[in-house]
Amino acid sequence: MSDLLAARSQMGISLAFHIVFAVIGIAMPLMMVVAERRWQVTGHAIYLDLAKRWAKGTATLFAVGAVSGTVLSFELGLLWPRFMEFAGSIIGMPFSLEGFAFFTEAIFLGVYLYGWDRISPRAHLWAGVAVAVSGAASGIFVVIANAWMNAPTGFELVGGQVVSVNPIAAMGNAAAVSQAIHMTLAAYAATGFAVAGIHALFLLRDPANAFHRRALQIALIVGAPAAVLQPLSGDLSARHIAVHQPAKLAAAEAVFHTQAGAPLTLGGWPDVAARETRFAVLIPYTLSLLAFHDPHAVVKGLDAVAPEDWPNVPVVHLSFQLMVALGTYLAVLSLWVGWLAWRRRDLAHNRWLMRAIALATPMGFLAVEAGWMVTELGRQPWVIYGVLRTADAVTPMPGLVVPFVTFTLLYCFLGVMVVWLLYRQILRSPTMPEWRGFYMPVGGRGNVKSQGSEGEAG
Amino acid sequence: MTLAALLAGIIFVALNAYALLGGADFGGGVWDLLATGPRKERQRELIAEAIGPVWEANHVWLILALVLLFTCFPPAFARLGTLLHIPLSLVLIGIVLRGSAFTFWRYGGGGHGDSEQRHWGVVFAVASLITPLLLGTTAGAIASGALPNGGAGNGREFYATYVAPWLEPFALSVGVFALVAFAFLAAVYLTFEADEPELREDFRRRALASGAALFAAAASALLLSPPFVRGALIFASWALPLHVLTGAAAVTALAALWYRRWRLAQVGAAAQVSLILWGWALSQRPYILPPDLTVAGAAAPPATLRLALAAVALGAVVLFPSLYYLFRVFKGRG
Ligand code: HDD
Ligand code: HEM
Ligand code: HEM
Repeated sequence: MSDLLAARSQMGISLAFHIVFAVIGIAMPLMMVVAERRWQVTGHAIYLDLAKRWAKGTATLFAVGAVSGTVLSFELGLLWPRFMEFAGSIIGMPFSLEGFAFFTEAIFLGVYLYGWDRISPRAHLWAGVAVAVSGAASGIFVVIANAWMNAPTGFELVGGQVVSVNPIAAMGNAAAVSQAIHMTLAAYAATGFAVAGIHALFLLRDPANAFHRRALQIALIVGAPAAVLQPLSGDLSARHIAVHQPAKLAAAEAVFHTQAGAPLTLGGWPDVAARETRFAVLIPYTLSLLAFHDPHAVVKGLDAVAPEDWPNVPVVHLSFQLMVALGTYLAVLSLWVGWLAWRRRDLAHNRWLMRAIALATPMGFLAVEAGWMVTELGRQPWVIYGVLRTADAVTPMPGLVVPFVTFTLLYCFLGVMVVWLLYRQILRSPTMPEWRGFYMPVGGRGNVKSQGSEGEAG
Repeated sequence: MTLAALLAGIIFVALNAYALLGGADFGGGVWDLLATGPRKERQRELIAEAIGPVWEANHVWLILALVLLFTCFPPAFARLGTLLHIPLSLVLIGIVLRGSAFTFWRYGGGGHGDSEQRHWGVVFAVASLITPLLLGTTAGAIASGALPNGGAGNGREFYATYVAPWLEPFALSVGVFALVAFAFLAAVYLTFEADEPELREDFRRRALASGAALFAAAASALLLSPPFVRGALIFASWALPLHVLTGAAAVTALAALWYRRWRLAQVGAAAQVSLILWGWALSQRPYILPPDLTVAGAAAPPATLRLALAAVALGAVVLFPSLYYLFRVFKGRG
């Protein structure tokens, strides 16, 4: 394994690991706050129990998110010193702001997790709000930094020297808005459906369990709207890369030849040597329509880019297909949920719906990982698109395979431990004698049902 | 004072805060490892309760110092990352294991007393011991001027470039110093946090012992220091007042411990460690990385520095009230 490949792999593993916890750190506080607020409004202890259990699981995940994020901040210098030397003064700004967002997040997380008995309920709820807001803010700041790598602006290159640095302009880069929206929605959609899926599994066994019913409801309130919006925001991202990063779009869509009225490619295996995509289903004009909102628009293919500047086409294409497929599933599922909720149907007794939601548990996270593969691998061979090559950014230190293997093992170990601990905790969820037969109003719409009458719907 | 020097100072303030707060959290882990006597479990419980609500916030000081460093002084960050790759990677492993083991231990089990969770407590404690050693060692490598320009890639051997700068007596002695200082701070803070008199006496004894050890560690680091560091620390115009102040703080801390004035001991210990850190900072002026990278030479363009300062000012407005609130909720003695 070459040093460059080892460095890229270590960076990729570290980010792929961190993003799981970052996404949870953005969305879980929102769900905890919703549950706690419902407790304060309705006075039902079940919501308090829910908020506390979610908080307990989140505490573990937050710690892992914080330490893996620390690793990343160092790795920027350990693996890519030349990138940081080049870019630090240009994009350090969002990172510094992110630093302060982490501070508020960590401070109020401490207050939230350990302060149940020490501060007033109102102050406690606001601490939760502060965690939710600063979590989203830190995610947005770091994504802005990443967007700059895709659409670098705010500086000039004169004879290889960076001059006229303008960090504000760098933050306002062309990719920032579309990426920040898409990532933030992704966090709510992925976490919302993961949590909903786990509770749906319990409801399949015990549809009347009031605890899991409330949990499902709150998770869907957070996850479903985001999942519906996600294809729209993805379209915004796609139109951005069609204009600004043609090689990435061409790889994602497996378009080898520049053409007008380009078809959309579904599935298939891009054969790079033959420059064609085998076994794909083609939908005429659709790619031009989606990317430029004009069925006859010209879509640049990979032939518009020198072959040494191509990303890894098969991986980018398959990742993109995976993300879009999962996104479509989640969006359709959310519309179904919305339809049933609008008709005031009882969701938990609809077994097909519960199965479909349980199936969705890992999907948001898979889509997040796949989406980042599109963004990051699709940018190759550039670390700063069109400006600095990844190969020129890597540290001169030899033997990088050693840290790569070490950190990979460390993350595997941590991942297994986290899953194991959460599994034990989830198994300990109230299964349910505690809440069985507990009289509960359903949701905020005031249609009161007791457990006995809930069986009729669905 | 130039803008660059001001920002370098701010970064150092963040590092100082990390040493006083995050450092003490590591020190707590050391005392967890060394817990003995009839009150062993209660000592551990006190340590965990003291660290629990604040360690994540305390940890962010390090992140803040780091992001400000790469924003304002990118070449310094790049050189540190290149030449200190090995010890910094080890520090990271320590940080990862410390933080995750702590929460697995406290949150993972079926309650705090869960004995099968105790192995996480051990991981936490051992990582708390090793990480400060390595952190101090990297600081020692920086102070000793062993990270020159062109250190990497000029045909020197792997060992000479990536290992020798930090695997040498002075850097290691700074590592030991950091470990002892963090343990001392933790013990002093814990005398203040303990509610039960016996527990407080346990930590008072530990604080006095580690306070004495701190003198020894500081003296041996000074003896091993390269001539230009020692020269600055002894002959510079600021050296004498600084040493007098540091000595006064140290004596105050130990005397206050002796006479059981817990609050005063806390202030004295924090002042002592801070003054030593600032002595280091002053001794390497005008260099950010001796022997050749100056603060001015490593600084980002003025536009970046101005914005970074604005971000710090803005952040401080949010940060300090929040921090005050955090510490009032959990560390206030009602
Ligand atoms: C729940 C997760 C999720 C879902 C359902 C989707 N995405 Fe996505 N996508 C992401 C999560 C994500 C991501 C992981 O968050 C990325 C990586 C970088 C970014 O900004 O968002 C991303 C990137 C990304 C990019 C590349 C942006 C760039 O490199 O600048 C495009 C073109 C799309 N997405 C398009 C879509 C479309 C058309 C979807 C339709 C269903 C879709 N995504 C669903
Ligand atoms: C958290 C979600 C992310 C994931 C899963 C992810 C994934 C990856 C992967 C797989 C690589 C290796 C690509 C390759 O070299 O072939 C990579 C590289 C890299 N990423 Fe990301 N990335 C994420 C977010 C970010 C963000 C937010 C930044 C910076 C602000 C960033 C900065 C980098 C850098 C500097 C590299 C190395 C240079 C390069 O390969 O281009 N990444 N990432
Ligand atoms: C798109 C990618 C990323 C997102 C959305 C993201 C978001 C977050 C969030 C929400 C947290 C706090 C929540 C938690 O601790 O679980 C966090 C922690 C952290 N992240 Fe990331 N991050 C991303 C990538 C990165 C990168 C590339 C870096 C490094 C440059 C980084 C550095 C950090 C650090 C240092 C922390 C710890 C803060 C603390 O101690 O509380 N993150 N990240």
